[in-house]
Amino acid sequence: MGSYILKRLVSGVLVVLIVATATFMLMRSIPGGPFRREKALPAAIQRNIEARYKLNDPLWKQYLDYMKNMLRGDFGPSFKYIGRSVNSIIEDGFPVSAVLGGVTIIFSLVVGIPAGIISALNQNKWQDNLAMGIAIVGVSVPSFVMATLLMYVFAVKLRWFPAAMWGTPRHVVLPMLALSAFPTAFFARLMRSSTLDVLSQDYIRTARSKGLSWAAVVYKHVLKNSVLPIITYLGPQAAAILTGSFVVESIFAIPGLGRYYVTSIYNRDYTTIMGVTIFYCIILVALNLLVDIAYSWLDPRIKLTEAKE
Amino acid sequence: MGAEPATLDPALSTGVPEAIVELSCFEGLTRMDANNIPQPAIAESWTISDDGLVYTFKLRQAKWNNGEPVTAHDFEWSWKRALDPETAAEYAYQLYYIKNGEAYNTGAITDPDLVGVKALDDYTLQVTLEQPTTYFLQLCAFPTLMPVYRKVVEADPEAWFYNVNNYIGNGPFKIVRWEHNSKIDLVPNEHYWNRDAIKLTNLTFYLIEDTQTALSMFDTGELDMFDSPPATEIEGLKQRGVLLINDYLGTYYYMFNVTAEPLDDVRVRKALTMAIDRQELIDRVVRGGQLPAYAYVPFGMPGGTVGSDFREEGGDLYKEDLEEAKKLLAEAGYPDGKGFPTLAILYNTSENHKKIAEAIQEMWKKNLGIDVRLTNQEWQVYLDSRDALDYQVARAGWIGDYVDPMTFLDMWMTDSGNNDSGWGNPRFDELIVAARSNMDPAARAKQLHEAEKILIADEMVVMPIYFYTNLNVVQPWVRGVEFSPLGFINFVNAYVLER
Repeated sequence: MGSYILKRLVSGVLVVLIVATATFMLMRSIPGGPFRREKALPAAIQRNIEARYKLNDPLWKQYLDYMKNMLRGDFGPSFKYIGRSVNSIIEDGFPVSAVLGGVTIIFSLVVGIPAGIISALNQNKWQDNLAMGIAIVGVSVPSFVMATLLMYVFAVKLRWFPAAMWGTPRHVVLPMLALSAFPTAFFARLMRSSTLDVLSQDYIRTARSKGLSWAAVVYKHVLKNSVLPIITYLGPQAAAILTGSFVVESIFAIPGLGRYYVTSIYNRDYTTIMGVTIFYCIILVALNLLVDIAYSWLDPRIKLTEAKE
Repeated sequence: MGAEPATLDPALSTGVPEAIVELSCFEGLTRMDANNIPQPAIAESWTISDDGLVYTFKLRQAKWNNGEPVTAHDFEWSWKRALDPETAAEYAYQLYYIKNGEAYNTGAITDPDLVGVKALDDYTLQVTLEQPTTYFLQLCAFPTLMPVYRKVVEADPEAWFYNVNNYIGNGPFKIVRWEHNSKIDLVPNEHYWNRDAIKLTNLTFYLIEDTQTALSMFDTGELDMFDSPPATEIEGLKQRGVLLINDYLGTYYYMFNVTAEPLDDVRVRKALTMAIDRQELIDRVVRGGQLPAYAYVPFGMPGGTVGSDFREEGGDLYKEDLEEAKKLLAEAGYPDGKGFPTLAILYNTSENHKKIAEAIQEMWKKNLGIDVRLTNQEWQVYLDSRDALDYQVARAGWIGDYVDPMTFLDMWMTDSGNNDSGWGNPRFDELIVAARSNMDPAARAKQLHEAEKILIADEMVVMPIYFYTNLNVVQPWVRGVEFSPLGFINFVNAYVLER
C-alpha cells in the first residue's frame, strides 16, 4: 500500500506540472493582457509597468521563472491587486470557501444519504416519490436561481437571515442551502439506486432469512456496500465545493476563493489564474487519492497494491 | 461599492471605487465641491502667475491621522514618486501637465529635481506647468495628486496600504478594518483639519459586485446606499423615491471604422446616425434617465464664460431626420438600402450592450432597409479588434478624467492611442493643440466647439447615442452625500437623520 501511495503521489506531481504548463500556454494565447485598458496608456507608462512585472522578458523565461517559483510554493504577485501576492489571496479566500464547502458537504451527506435509503426501502411509495421529486428540483435548478430565490424569501421577505456578506453562522445558512441543493439531490439519487442494487443481492436475502431485523440488515449489510458510489463521487465534488463557487460567492458577496476562478480570467491576472488553477488541481489530486484509500478501508476486496484503475 | 479595490495607494489607483475610498482617507491641495468647483483643502490659498504657468500654494496647518504635520515636502515627494518610472503608475499622465513630469516618467530625464514641483518651505508649494492648464486646480483634487505618508510608503513601497495601521492619510476618515472582498470600515480622522464638519460616526464600504445582491441588502436595511441598480429595477426604485439621478461625464456611442466600406463614405455615417430614435431607445431599453446625445461632449463641462455649460453653448450638432437619412443613403448609392452590404455591430459581451445593439439593428432595418449582424466579443478580445480596426461599427463609451471638454476631444487626434476609428483630420489636431495652451476661456471654448463640430457635424466619426447618468439608490435618511460627475462620492458633509 505504501508503494502504491508513493506512486500516486509522483503521478500527482506530474499532473500538477502538466496542468500548470497547459494553463500557462493557454492563458498566454488568449488576446489581451493584465494591463490592457480601454483608455490607451502612454507607451512609456506601459513599458514601466511591464518592466515592473517582468512581462517584457521572453515567454520561455517567464515560464521557467514561474515554474521555479511555483515549485518553491511561491505563486508570485497578483497583476490586478497591486502589492498582493497570489499566496495571500489563496490564504484569505480558501478558509472561507472551505468552511462554507465543508458544512455544505456535511449537510448534503446527512440529508442525501438517509433520503436515498428511505426512498429505496419504500420504492415507488409516496416517500420515494416525494424525495425523488425534490431531488429532481435540486439537480435541475441552477444555483444562481436557487441562491436568488433563497435570498428573496428568507432574507428580503421573512428577514430570518442576512441577505449577504460573511462573518457569523447566520451568514452561512443561505449560501450553504444554495450550494448543497445539487450535491444533496445527487447523493440521494445515487444512494437510492445503489441501495436498490444491494437490496436485490443474495446475501441480503440470506441475512433476512437468518432472522435479522430490517434495521440490522440495512445498517450492517446494505449501508456499507451501497455507500461506495457516493465515496467515488465525493472526491471531485468535495474538491469543487471546498475551493468555492463563483456563482454563490458572488451572489452572497462571500470573500472566498471561488470568485477568482472567473474574475482572474477577465482581468488577465496571469499569476492569479495560475495560482488558483494549480491550487484547485492539487486539492483535486489529493482528494482522489484519499478516496482510493477510503475504498480499501471500506471494502477489503479492493486492494491498493494491485494495479487498480 | 463594487469589487475589491485593486489598490488603495492613491498614486497607483485607477478605478472609481478606489478613488471613493481614497477621497475619504486622503485630501489633495483642493477638493471638489457639490458644484464641481475646486475649493481650498490642504491648500489654504494660491496664486497663479500671469502667464498661467506658476502656481504657488499656501498650505494650511493640516495633520496626518497620526498627528504629524502635512507639509509641502510631502506633496513634492508624493508627486515625484507617482512620476518615478519605478513606481509604474498608470495614471502618471495626470501629472504630465507639470514641467518635465512626462520627461521624468518616460525616462528622458532622470533627475527628479528638474520636475516642476518644489517645496519652498514647509507650507509653501510651488508648481510649474509645461503650459497653461485651465483645469489644473481640479486635478489637484484627483487621487494621483494626493500626498502619501513618506515613512510608511518607503518602508514597504508595494504593499504599505494593506496594513490599516500603515494607512496614514490626511483626509476626513481613516480605515480601521479591511476585510478583503468583503468590507472596509472607516471612522472619522480625529486629526483632520476640518474635523468639526464630519457628522458621520462610521462609514462602511461593502465590496459587493452583484447589484441585485446590493438591492436585497438595501431592502433589508443592511445597506444605506449603492450605485448602478439593475436596469429592470430602475422604474420601481424611482417610484419608491430612493433613486438619485446625477450627471455623469460619459458618452455612450457607436464608433465607425472610417477605413471600412461602406463607412468610408461620410453620407453613410450621417444616414446611420440620423436614423435611430434615441429617446425611444432610452425609454424602452436603457431606462436610467439618460439624455439622448446629439453631440459628443456631455453636459456638465465648463464653456467659454464663467458658469456656462459647454454643451448648452454648442447645442445639438445634428438632428434625427429620417427623410434626410434616406436621401443621404440614396446619394451614397444605396436607395432604400438596396445594395448595402451587411453591416456588423461589434460590442463587448454584456446584456445591456446586446439589448441596445438589437434595438439599433431593428431601427436601421426598419428605417433604412439595411441588414445588420451583431457580433459580441469578450472584453479584451473586443479591445484588440478595435485597436486593429477589425470591425465596422463598434460600441464604445468614454468617461472623462477631469471636468473639461478637452478630456473628450483630444482622444480623437490623429495619433491618439484612444482613436480607434482610423480617422484623422489636420485641422482638428491643430485646434486641439491651440486650445491646450490657450488661456483665454472664450477663445479656447470656440476652438473646442469648432473641433467638436468637425468630429460630429462634418465628419460623423462617431454616432453619439446617450449621455450617461450616475444612478445611486439612497435611503431617505441619508443626507448630504455629494456625487461628482466623475463618479466620485464625497462623504465629508454626509449625515444620517434620526430614524
